[in-house]
Amino acid sequence: MHEFQERARTLVQDGTLSYDQKLRRLATLATEALPYPALSPESREALDKRVICDMFEGHAPFTARYILPDYEKAVRQGLSYLELRPPTNLADALAFLQVMYANVPSVTTYPVYLGDLDKVLAPFVTDDVSDDELDTMLRRFWIGIDRMLPDAFVHLDLGPHDSRIARSIFRVERSLRQSVPNITLKVDPDLTPDSLVDDGVRTVFETGKPHFVNHPMMVGDHGERYAAVSCYNSLKIGGGAHTLVRLNLKEAALRHTGSADEFLDTTLPHYVELTAELAEARIRSLVEEQRFYETHWLAVEGFIDIDRFSAMFGIFGLAECVNLLMQHDGHDGRYGHDGRTNAYAVRLVERVAALVAERPMPYCEGGDGRCYLHSQSGIDLDEGVTAGCRIPVGDEPDLLRHLETCAPHHHLFASGISDIFHMDETAVRNPEAMVDIIRGAFRQGMRDFTFNLDSNEFVRITGYLVRKSDLAAIGATGAARHSSDHLAAGAEANFHLTQRAVKRIGCHERDPR
Amino acid sequence: MSATLADPAFAGAAATSGFVADTITFSNVDGPGNRFVVFLQGCNFDCVACHNPQTIPLATGEHFRTTVADLLPRIRRAAPFLGGITVSGGEATLQPDFVHALFSTVKADPDLGRLSCFVDSNGSLDDDTWHRLAPLTDGTMIDLKCFDPDIHQQMTGQSNAPVLHSIELLHGMGLLYEVRLLILKGVNDDPALLRRTGEWLASVDPAMRVKMIAFRAHGARPHEPALVPPTHDELEAAAGHLQVADLKLCLV
Repeated sequence: MHEFQERARTLVQDGTLSYDQKLRRLATLATEALPYPALSPESREALDKRVICDMFEGHAPFTARYILPDYEKAVRQGLSYLELRPPTNLADALAFLQVMYANVPSVTTYPVYLGDLDKVLAPFVTDDVSDDELDTMLRRFWIGIDRMLPDAFVHLDLGPHDSRIARSIFRVERSLRQSVPNITLKVDPDLTPDSLVDDGVRTVFETGKPHFVNHPMMVGDHGERYAAVSCYNSLKIGGGAHTLVRLNLKEAALRHTGSADEFLDTTLPHYVELTAELAEARIRSLVEEQRFYETHWLAVEGFIDIDRFSAMFGIFGLAECVNLLMQHDGHDGRYGHDGRTNAYAVRLVERVAALVAERPMPYCEGGDGRCYLHSQSGIDLDEGVTAGCRIPVGDEPDLLRHLETCAPHHHLFASGISDIFHMDETAVRNPEAMVDIIRGAFRQGMRDFTFNLDSNEFVRITGYLVRKSDLAAIGATGAARHSSDHLAAGAEANFHLTQRAVKRIGCHERDPR
Repeated sequence: MSATLADPAFAGAAATSGFVADTITFSNVDGPGNRFVVFLQGCNFDCVACHNPQTIPLATGEHFRTTVADLLPRIRRAAPFLGGITVSGGEATLQPDFVHALFSTVKADPDLGRLSCFVDSNGSLDDDTWHRLAPLTDGTMIDLKCFDPDIHQQMTGQSNAPVLHSIELLHGMGLLYEVRLLILKGVNDDPALLRRTGEWLASVDPAMRVKMIAFRAHGARPHEPALVPPTHDELEAAAGHLQVADLKLCLV
């Protein structure tokens, strides 16, 4: 109890945390006064040693981690809980959404999904709304989102069809250059015109957004009603993910004795099961103990349905894992550079996918009773271990080989995988080249595609964006508009600038202490 | 285009060899979109500002000899991510048989047929050979080192008459994608000269795509007096002098 009091006192007296930041941290701390969901001793030990990880969601989850409300249904039928009638014009629709966003929970406390806005707003963008009016209204709406939901995990989706709304959003994005909201463009070879992908590419040059996803592959896994949210998480609309657990493959490899082949049949299944056990315990806590889906108005009014939820089973550290195991076998190839190592990496991920597909999981009807596999793109705590299935930063091979290394993994990760490709500034003069590469990536079976310009004002951290000028402002003055998020942890005030930048973003993927 | 894999002509084309200096798997500066580029060895111009002077000698060394069949696996591997292929150099059109064989093989291949085929050239090729390549060619980029004949002669060792003629011819055939002007400070950046250049280009096509490339010393041979790269501001000033009609200028 004494330690708990000390942590609470440290939090409330921390001069670098804002009021909101303190509230959020106190809430998580309070759940730590409760016992952790029951785990086997082995799973508990793996969690304590960080071989498996619960993303520091606290001891008693009382919201689903990622929620994708059915906004189309909401604007059609109105909200009883919030006493909002269905909007009848664009101004009302935008005000309606703004209110609704403020009431959608998530693990970050901010909504991770703002809707497929081109579809949600389509009924209200009639011919009598000019492009100029549309731009003006969306611009005002955009500023509101960034200032009231200052969190780059706040995410919306567009496409695969072209629309005036999508075009207007890209124009507004390029003119405002905000890091919030994050955006995904759904791309279909038959439905999405090159000119819309090109418009997206030009917007990346200005703002680092959007992220591109392979629409037919997503539809194959989730059906038409899916969206990419937060940080490359693809989930069902009207559903989401109860929780995210992840397995550190590097740590698993460090605990393995024997050959790389044996790893697939001994150590790997062992840790996959411990991770699954952690997921199950947390799901049961959320569903059965806190009874989230019986009590929250989104569920009660039918904007989410527990049957469209599953949990996300994340892996990371693939690169270090396979490099270590290849060394065990006396082979010194490197992931991303060596054919045998790459082939083994594919086998390993296929094995994880098979194990996860064999493991029944309660309350996961969204995934046919199984977890969704996810290539987890990291948190700022991770040191010496590479995000997801990425090639270690700085060790990336040429672009073609990079694409060839990544592509075989993508179809296995229904809930998302990310590889970030850095382009030099010559790309700016030839957006069509990026369109060719994006089309090619999807032709070769990639699910997600993100690229960034080296010279860009925006940098992607794990998958969300921060502005370099915001970083510079913190460096110069120690403060910024989002100071609460910049300076997330007073105890870690001496963190390197880029790590601090991660904290600019109000998110749960942060230091737990 | 009527050739098929079973066609004996196809096998013959794939066996055709040329002198290849190098290839680049992905390029975003050699035509529209992402392109595989084949740099052919040997050039009939001797440009003082050439940034690839090692590709100028008309080499016949066997180590340069490459068949179309040698190139195909490299192109095939990159193909899903490509908009097309480009032959450059050196001067690609000095090996028209090889270019013809490469393009016809790519166009006849079921997996590669969607790729566009472009030629990056100094514009010295004769009409008959342009006509021969035209059915297989989707676009050309032509370098115009200088509109002034005397300065052109000094810069390249050759007359610019065939270059100007090629620009007109290719535009007339619908195959001129872009004209490229390499700008050297104090050599070909005189405002009046640039004005005349712009007027002539616009007389060929008022909406011509013109890429103005600032000379960069990197790779170029030493020269007396030293060749000077224009600053970005100087390049912009040059563009201001060149701009007439609806010319679409792109500064690099």
